[in-house]
Amino acid sequence: MNKKNTIFQTRELAVGYRNGKSEVTLLRGLNLSLEKGKLVALLGQNGAGKSTLLRALTCDERPLAGTVEVNGKNLHDMSQKDRSRLIGLVSTERIQAGALTVTELVGLGRQPHTGFLGRLDDEDRQIVHQAMVDSGIIGKANDYMASLSDGERQKAMIARALAQQTPIIILDEPTAFLDVASRIETMRLLQTLAHDRSKAVLLSSHDISQSLMLADELWLITTDRQVITGTPSDLVAAGTMDRLFENRDIHFNPSILDYSF
Amino acid sequence: MTYRRYVVTIVALTLLLVLLALACLVFGSVDIPVGSITDILTGKGSGNKAWDIIILQSRIPMIATAALAGAALSISGLLLQTTFNNPLAGPSILGVSSGAGLGVAIVILALGGSLGGFFGESMGSYMAVLVGALLGAGVVLAVLIAFSAIVRSNTMLLIIGILVSYLTSSVVQLLNSVATEEGVHNYVSWGFGNFSGVSVAQMPIYAGVIILALIGSALMVKPLNALLLGARYARNLGINVSRTRNILLIITGVLTAVVTAFCGPIGFIGLVVPHIARMSLGTSNHSRLVPATILAGADIALLCAVASVNSPHGIIPINAITPIIGVPIILYIILNRRRIQYFN
Repeated sequence: MNKKNTIFQTRELAVGYRNGKSEVTLLRGLNLSLEKGKLVALLGQNGAGKSTLLRALTCDERPLAGTVEVNGKNLHDMSQKDRSRLIGLVSTERIQAGALTVTELVGLGRQPHTGFLGRLDDEDRQIVHQAMVDSGIIGKANDYMASLSDGERQKAMIARALAQQTPIIILDEPTAFLDVASRIETMRLLQTLAHDRSKAVLLSSHDISQSLMLADELWLITTDRQVITGTPSDLVAAGTMDRLFENRDIHFNPSILDYSF
Repeated sequence: MTYRRYVVTIVALTLLLVLLALACLVFGSVDIPVGSITDILTGKGSGNKAWDIIILQSRIPMIATAALAGAALSISGLLLQTTFNNPLAGPSILGVSSGAGLGVAIVILALGGSLGGFFGESMGSYMAVLVGALLGAGVVLAVLIAFSAIVRSNTMLLIIGILVSYLTSSVVQLLNSVATEEGVHNYVSWGFGNFSGVSVAQMPIYAGVIILALIGSALMVKPLNALLLGARYARNLGINVSRTRNILLIITGVLTAVVTAFCGPIGFIGLVVPHIARMSLGTSNHSRLVPATILAGADIALLCAVASVNSPHGIIPINAITPIIGVPIILYIILNRRRIQYFN
């Protein structure tokens, strides 16, 4: 691994949830890293801890142990403001933005860079425009968010994260509600952003075959709660893909890059 | 172009505000010729002492009271709707107004029948009423914050607000049963809602507090817009969500408490006006929504004020008018929620 491109790193990270006084650890001892210019897909069963892990990486939840570092600095010790300039987020949460135009929504991505009242100057507007061009949503710039299809909406949310101009973008199941065409488009878009804009992009997904085809690296959460990382071809060759659903009656089929009976 | 729509809306709402204010000035239970009103306003005096007093100490304070109350309640509603991510939130439906009312009732009864009229002549007694209202509204908002962390459902939060209203009104009734007859009478007439309760002497405090809180809300447009995306996105945009929420609820509490203390628990305006503003502007962008909500709120309250004082059978309580305006609008919104952009 080329260490000089590493921008994001976890050290002995443990994530899970607190249930009253007791702690339930889902994943522990994680030493993961993200590099600029690479698209990483996080795969795992439902309940494996994908969202929990992402919430710790985006500082929405305190980790149970260990640290998350960006450029060597502990993310959880930074101010909200500083973090907002490092990590852009795309999540599946419902938003109330139906009556905003796409341009207004993408403009919200400039908030970490604007002043007290959030007014956009010409440079901000130029960045917003470029983010919409890069995400392929510029044709809908003046449309209401409410009028967009699910796939277009996701592109707008990605444009919003791009306008934030963070070196890292983390996406929680960005393709979850999309049809297959929009899923592939979204994945291709994220791949382009990683490769051409030199972003470190991490996404969680249920799309095994598209992740194998388009991601530069996979983080697999196995049935026994290990996180195994590697390039898709290495992981397929090592038979690691079968450790994803060990408790289920399915097997990974390398010829179709997907699971079958 | 949405910017043009914004300018047109603001100009129209401002013109309406001027017209309604003039209507409040000219029409009332006593007929005063327009010429005399002009004379009074220009300082010449009409030669009729009663008319001078009616215009300067009754109608003008009422116009200011109503316009500020409408703006204050409407902004409270807007902040509550965005904070709780709930289009049906408002100061009266969530029980904030009744909390303030309970505070008022407790102060009145604690001070006994010593208050002449609803507010005493002394500054101290009406400051006590104001503090009571602030504390009452604050307690209800604290309860709402606590519950909103536990129950995630919007409907449940509304039901909790309604339960809080029931609880406070039962406490008020229990208090009434031990109160003096005069106190009860005062409380009941206060409950009708009216915009004539702020005297010229009280106006600086009433107007000052409301205007400061309105300015405060206008300074919060950036975090308010971030909150449209929900707490997680707002955090990701660098917003300190819990601090922002507390500031917004403090502004809401102050606005609702001041209006409730002076004008009674006025329903519907806070719930309806933000929707009128969103629908006429076609946006949820708070940098446009806040000014439009302030103006539209002032307009609606002045409309209620005009209707209230121009009945042939004496004064109609404000709270008898607001539902007539408010209920059809709420029903329209509920029935059309699939078509209205900001629900989608």
